[in-house]
Amino acid sequence: MMKEMKRPERGKSLFRFAAPQLFYPLAGALAPWFAAAAAALTIIGLWLAFFVAPTDAQQGEVYRVIFIHVPAAWMSMFVYLIMAFWSAVGLVMNTRLSFMMARALAPTGAMFCVVALVTGALWGKPTWGAYWVWDARLTSQLLLLFLYFGFMALTEAIEDPRRADKAGAIIALVGAVNVPIIYFSVKWWNTLHQGASVSLTKAPSMAATMLAGMLVMALASWAYTIAVTLWRVRPLILERERHAEWVAAELDALEGKV
Amino acid sequence: MQWESWSAFWQMGGAAPFVWGSYGITALLVVGELIMVMRRRKDALRRLLRLRRAKAGGSGGRRAFEEIVE
Repeated sequence: MMKEMKRPERGKSLFRFAAPQLFYPLAGALAPWFAAAAAALTIIGLWLAFFVAPTDAQQGEVYRVIFIHVPAAWMSMFVYLIMAFWSAVGLVMNTRLSFMMARALAPTGAMFCVVALVTGALWGKPTWGAYWVWDARLTSQLLLLFLYFGFMALTEAIEDPRRADKAGAIIALVGAVNVPIIYFSVKWWNTLHQGASVSLTKAPSMAATMLAGMLVMALASWAYTIAVTLWRVRPLILERERHAEWVAAELDALEGKV
Repeated sequence: MQWESWSAFWQMGGAAPFVWGSYGITALLVVGELIMVMRRRKDALRRLLRLRRAKAGGSGGRRAFEEIVE
């Protein structure tokens, strides 16, 4: 009886991919498609950004930084929330793969966070006259970068993978509180940073082609993040599952190829 | 088309360092991340293969195994 309960119907459910053994080949098969989608969307997005979107009436051409700045800032927040999500799933369901996903996501989230901060500085200088100001938006975004670094440093530093997973998950979950603070900071506080560029409740405040360029670049960032995360999680799975038989078979196939 | 000439395009209305700087740094970070992911994969696979060979191999294997585990 017990045995039957422990093995729910895994046959056709998507949840079967929570098993590292099944997820490993799936990730390998999917990653190139997402990478190709990212490349194609980036080309379309850049074309919209530079050749279709008009010159901004107030800012002139410098506003074209928006096409990477906003998607990168969005991604840096989304990726953190997804990390927190996988961490929560890992803590509740005790699934190893969830923690591996959280770890595989962190460097890409940190990369987007750096992109958002650097492009923001390069945009701030000509428009505000300063690369950096300690307003609520910029400060909370910088804190997000430190949370990413903290997560990565902690999970790398703790030897025992299970304890590292748990510690990382706690940082991810506690730090997730910062994400709504970043997002709403421009509303809650008087910031130099402008308000939200895109709102679901208000009519868009920018030209349709500008918005389209930004959204296409955001999709490109999504596809890129998925591809890189899948590529990053694969060797992580092999390392963590190295005692499993299927990994031995996988390594047999790789012998002499790396 | 937004631009009168290619040189106008590259000048970005005087904002060239900021616009191209932003896109350039982003491109470098993306390429850098891709290189790191590929390198990390190679390192991990090599380590795992060495570990396996060390385990399989006899007396010399033990020391190699401990070396890698560290």
